[in-house]
Amino acid sequence: MPRRLAAPFALLAALALLTAAPPAAAEIHAFVGARLLPIAGPEIADGVLVIDGARIVAVGPRGEVTVPEGAEVHDVAGKVILPGLVDTHSHLGDVEGGDRSDPIQPEVRALDAIDVRSSDFQRAQAGGVTTANVMPGSGHLMSGQTIYLKLRDGDTIEELAIRRPDGSIAGGMKMANGTNSRKDPPFPGTRAKSAALVREAFVEAQEYRRKLEAADDPAKRPDRDLGKDALLEVLDGTRTVHHHTHRHDDVMTVLRLRDELGFRVVLHHVSDAAKVADEIAAAGVPVSLILIDSPGGKLEARDLLLENAAALERAGATVALHTDDWITDSRLFLRMAALAVRAGMSRQGALEAVTIRGAEILDLGDRVGSLEPGKDADLVVLSGDPLSVYTEVLETWVEGEKVFDRTREPDRLWAEGGWGAGDPRHGHVACFDGEAGR
Amino acid sequence: MTGGRIGACLALFAAGLVASAATPAGAASLVVRGETVYPVSGPPIADGVVVVEDGRITAVGPASEVAVPAGAEELSAAVVTPGLVDAHTTVGLTGLLNQAHDQDQLERSEPIQPELRAIDAYNARDPLVDWVRDLGVTTVHTGHGPGELVSGQTMVVKLRGDEVGDNVLVPAAMVAASLGRSAVREEGSKPPGTRAKAIALLRSQLLAAREYHRKLETAEADKRPGRDLRLETLARVLDGELPLLVTVHRHHDILSALRLREEFDLRMVLDGATEAYVVADEIRAAGVPVIPHPPMARAVGELENATMELAAKLAEAGIPFALQTGFESYVPKVRVLPFEAAIAAAHGLGFERALAAVTLDAARLLGVDDRIGSLEPGKDADLALWDGDPFEYTTHEIATVIDGEVVSRTVR
Repeated sequence: MPRRLAAPFALLAALALLTAAPPAAAEIHAFVGARLLPIAGPEIADGVLVIDGARIVAVGPRGEVTVPEGAEVHDVAGKVILPGLVDTHSHLGDVEGGDRSDPIQPEVRALDAIDVRSSDFQRAQAGGVTTANVMPGSGHLMSGQTIYLKLRDGDTIEELAIRRPDGSIAGGMKMANGTNSRKDPPFPGTRAKSAALVREAFVEAQEYRRKLEAADDPAKRPDRDLGKDALLEVLDGTRTVHHHTHRHDDVMTVLRLRDELGFRVVLHHVSDAAKVADEIAAAGVPVSLILIDSPGGKLEARDLLLENAAALERAGATVALHTDDWITDSRLFLRMAALAVRAGMSRQGALEAVTIRGAEILDLGDRVGSLEPGKDADLVVLSGDPLSVYTEVLETWVEGEKVFDRTREPDRLWAEGGWGAGDPRHGHVACFDGEAGR
Repeated sequence: MTGGRIGACLALFAAGLVASAATPAGAASLVVRGETVYPVSGPPIADGVVVVEDGRITAVGPASEVAVPAGAEELSAAVVTPGLVDAHTTVGLTGLLNQAHDQDQLERSEPIQPELRAIDAYNARDPLVDWVRDLGVTTVHTGHGPGELVSGQTMVVKLRGDEVGDNVLVPAAMVAASLGRSAVREEGSKPPGTRAKAIALLRSQLLAAREYHRKLETAEADKRPGRDLRLETLARVLDGELPLLVTVHRHHDILSALRLREEFDLRMVLDGATEAYVVADEIRAAGVPVIPHPPMARAVGELENATMELAAKLAEAGIPFALQTGFESYVPKVRVLPFEAAIAAAHGLGFERALAAVTLDAARLLGVDDRIGSLEPGKDADLALWDGDPFEYTTHEIATVIDGEVVSRTVR
């Protein structure tokens, strides 16, 4: 795979630039002839998409968009191009969160526990996923900080991390209620105790802030507390709560806590969504939904319906879909959008649910989730209709770099599976292994 | 396989009951029209019709050529296929809620318990039975799951009726075994703790069954051993009456299974068979059919080298196979056969071969193709109706027919 070659080659290329004329045109790619599904606007039957470096610079029908001189032209006639998919809930890279010592661990970061060389990332790229919210699990009331990633080719988590405008690493806070977080002490044994522990933690954070703000003398300030610092980010709205919740009454508990404490929240999974769709819509709280091939598997998912997506859409709620990888496979993320349509959701709604709605939920709506000039050049080239089982992901691009190409090995291995697919992505210690760099 | 005859009698009896109870005599006919009818046993029929009388198919062909009985109930759909046959599942034993009280696919007290019968564990009213029936599945091979060396028996049952006895085709179909890590106990000192020990235990038990059988046949009446349900069942395996259904994933464990087959001259079916594609020659040479893991099975643990193209690779290698939904310990609690077949179809197998793998090929593998698996005169009237390509994500299953009775009109 040339991905490991990219860095050394980039260096060589940079050196070459010092001596040769700047061939900046290689940065410009024009995808010509595809059916474009920009999501932000109506589909374009015979379109041209131009990207320059990491950004999209033009999207439109053939004839209305000029292919810049020197652009590398990709003939994609008969193909379909979608924005890169946004997965609002994923567990790529063997991510971990809090341990068994406490049900509430806001100081724990997913950032510190992700194996970026796991083949999970290649499989997600093979499914067209370009942005993912990678989260710790649901076995805690609060299992830690999540991290928003771009699925760039990289060897360190920092290379994949999405930065906020202030340079900080973007992410949310994972919370859960219902049965997963109920267990032996110090974990809660009942639903009411679960809610009480959460309220208590936030109230303590509020007290911490009051003391911080009241202390004129720096010496009298409370000692810095990593957990409370993170909770203050939640209370300030800079760190969105991603709340695992299934049963209708647990959903209402999340909304009640949000009203009291004022955090920004996204409801995740929501097996009972159809039962409380109107309440969710009225609260203006977005949903990151999962659809599973059959109901059950746990008490709270007894009534899980494929119709949940359609029910939320009808009620007027904001709906994104997620893989919960490895619960469902990132390579089949588009399948979930298709299942939503099968069970009554609009086609446009379902495609938005795997792109722009997820982007908005992650506060990245201005950067990803649609094909629009100025947005990141994250795109998926498909062999056919996005909602057909017979369609293949042919290429995935992240910020102008092709990170998946079905015609090359081992990318095809990641896409289909097979001998060696379970191994971690191989590191490349040498610059040359027989494959030409881009 | 034994029991087919008993099942047939039961089914006839049941069909008679339904016909006389639900509808006046003489009106027990049903006509199913399809823009495309896939008999599977023959080429697709455009503008086709299937005529059903008293639970059996009496005619299949183009509407222009088939005489339709007057006054029959009529159904129509874009696509009509045989009712789907799941070559291996645990539905009915692994209930919806996934709590201890509704999980009966695995008894952990001992590693080898072939005497456990599927008919004693199957809950015909579990909601997941309805779930898969509403999605076109009409017959399942279900029973004890993987996770112990020999976990128990399986059966073949139609998804009709409120109790297991109503529609069993084969009460004892196979004996379920596991090799590889899932047969090995991780904790405690109870054997087997290694792969080699697992095989040694299984060989020892098979030898004990052979001795038991020999003594039964040769000893004087007063010296015959007392009945032993466990050895009795294993003797049926040694006889070839009950195939050993071996759930196995790693290439070397597959070869261990084939070695065992050779030593005891067993009838064997490989299940899961994740790495079958690297030992395809050996599997073909052994003449062993395969029920590959569901194509959407998670590629973790012993399935880390899973490929969604496994069925296509088996087809290419000329190995007989049928598709299954398998066992799931979490979610989805039951996989859905047409959903899985769709992935196989799209990953190299193709539409028609995938359809055969969930109908006629599955029926053949289970030894019930005289009754089900295709739309042919004389066969049971088990049908699935679809509003489009059954494997397309956005197609709906709109009605399911078993023994001529419309058992589901749920659009799903």
